[in-house]
Amino acid sequence: MARILVQEAGFDVAAETQALQADRTDVGGIASFLGVCRSDDGLAALVLEHYPGMTERALAGIAAQAEARWPLTGCTIIHRIGRMLPGDPIVLVLTASAHRTAALESCAFLIDWLKTGAPFWKREEFADGRERWVEAKPEDEAAAQRW
Amino acid sequence: MKVLYFAWVRQKVGIAEEAVSPPGEVRNVGELITWLSARSPGHAEAFAQPRQIRAAVNQEFAGPDALVAANDEIAFFPPVTGG
Repeated sequence: MARILVQEAGFDVAAETQALQADRTDVGGIASFLGVCRSDDGLAALVLEHYPGMTERALAGIAAQAEARWPLTGCTIIHRIGRMLPGDPIVLVLTASAHRTAALESCAFLIDWLKTGAPFWKREEFADGRERWVEAKPEDEAAAQRW
Repeated sequence: MKVLYFAWVRQKVGIAEEAVSPPGEVRNVGELITWLSARSPGHAEAFAQPRQIRAAVNQEFAGPDALVAANDEIAFFPPVTGG
């Protein structure tokens, strides 16, 4: 069972990584993806909105697909919501397995699908007061489809 | 029927959710969009370009042909941009 959290608070990458090894010695590798708020075009903040209930279901569904496809010993997905400043962590995906290929591939699969298959929306706030909803990118859809 | 709106769809409609009772001939998501569009200028603006709208029926992604029923939770939103 994957550990799935949708929360406003930040997260402790080291503690989350350690937790995937707790009380077990069959973990040979842990892959991680940490998504960070970037500062493009004078971006002051990023506001993340989601669909409570459906988000958790969608993430659990995506994680279940990864667990069915790769021999994972553990999987953690933490996605933040609310207001993020440049440099703030937004999303963490961790996958653990006996071997690196399963860990690395499933981690890439999860972040690709998470971008197109979970109901989150980003609004950009700029230093000059402008606001803009981020548009979905065709390349993100293509990245998910390659799996 | 409970209808939820998210992101710019919510901003254009002007509310986050509402309870609606569409007539019986509204059978699917596409027909519900047409019916909702007539409720207010905000609804009309939000649904002006149906290709930019995504939907969920009972918290599962659903296309325009997906059936809707009285007790369903239907959500409308732009293409997702998480991660």
